[in-house]
Amino acid sequence: MTHLGNWETFVTMIALALGIAATRFLPFILFSKGTRLPPIIRYLGGALPHAAMAMLLVYCLKEVKPTVAPHGIPEVLGLAATAALHLWRGNVLLSIAGGTVFYMVLVQRVF
Amino acid sequence: MPRTHRIFAALRAAFPVSTPVLAGYLFLGAGYGVLMHSLGYGPGWTVAFSMVVFGGTIQYVATQILAAQYAPVHALVISLILNARHLFYGFSMLGRYAGTGWKKPLLIFWLTDETFSLVCSDDVPPGVDAGWYRLFISGLDYLYWIVGSIIGNVAGTAFAFNTTGIDFVMTSLFTVIVLSQWRSARTHSPAVIGVGASVLCIFLFGPANFLIPAMALIVTGLLLSRRRLEARVLANEDGEASP
Repeated sequence: MTHLGNWETFVTMIALALGIAATRFLPFILFSKGTRLPPIIRYLGGALPHAAMAMLLVYCLKEVKPTVAPHGIPEVLGLAATAALHLWRGNVLLSIAGGTVFYMVLVQRVF
Repeated sequence: MPRTHRIFAALRAAFPVSTPVLAGYLFLGAGYGVLMHSLGYGPGWTVAFSMVVFGGTIQYVATQILAAQYAPVHALVISLILNARHLFYGFSMLGRYAGTGWKKPLLIFWLTDETFSLVCSDDVPPGVDAGWYRLFISGLDYLYWIVGSIIGNVAGTAFAFNTTGIDFVMTSLFTVIVLSQWRSARTHSPAVIGVGASVLCIFLFGPANFLIPAMALIVTGLLLSRRRLEARVLANEDGEASP
């Protein structure tokens, strides 16, 4: 398959890099003064990790369609297996490996 | 404790924490390498993209741009929109990354979804330097992504087993993190707002366009409930920070 020339590829790469870097650096540029953060930002800094992780989890599942077969059943079972393992043993690696392997078996062999 | 010991102790604490991302990034990175291979790009370009852009979703999307036409402005805009969620991570880490000196630009550049999920926790192992600990987690994740993309690009499509569903490793990782946040939190409202706003916006705007409205809704929701939540949210932080 053909692709863009070297120069075009390079410019595209730099454009992509500038876009993502801007989103990463912007908050730190806005609050680069060495003074204490304003209370509202300290509040958001405390609350956002929990809200952002919840959003990220939903983001991972955004393509799941409950109305179309298999109705998100593999995802629900995979999440349940991960959570159950984690509540049972409290071992992060075991929970993730167990949940993922279980999900892979479901989507490859069962559904 | 001597400096080298302190650094090594941070590495030893960081590595096991990063292993879920090791698994995830090797496979997702390999998937990216395979995709680049199918477009005719060799390991040189593959590594360059992984090192310079360093963002899983945007790199996958970029292969479609590279295959279609030369459109750098389009690429820039897509990259800004698709990665807007990083603003959340930045605002979350402002306080934690204050005073990290030369490490700061690296910590910021290396802040992916997965790295954020690992470094946003305040339970840094007791006695371990938080700056070095977070730097090692971030840098190891960067390395995993690069190595994964090289492996995929060189091996091409010659993978010996069916990897369908392997990307669930990230979903599992985030599940575990949401679960432990939930158990340690003094208030569950931020997590509930996060899920509620995201699900609502998927219904309203569809899965492709939900992130930015969801982020706006989350910030609005958090600001509206500030009076009610602030004391508990800040107590959360302090509670987690003390070993």
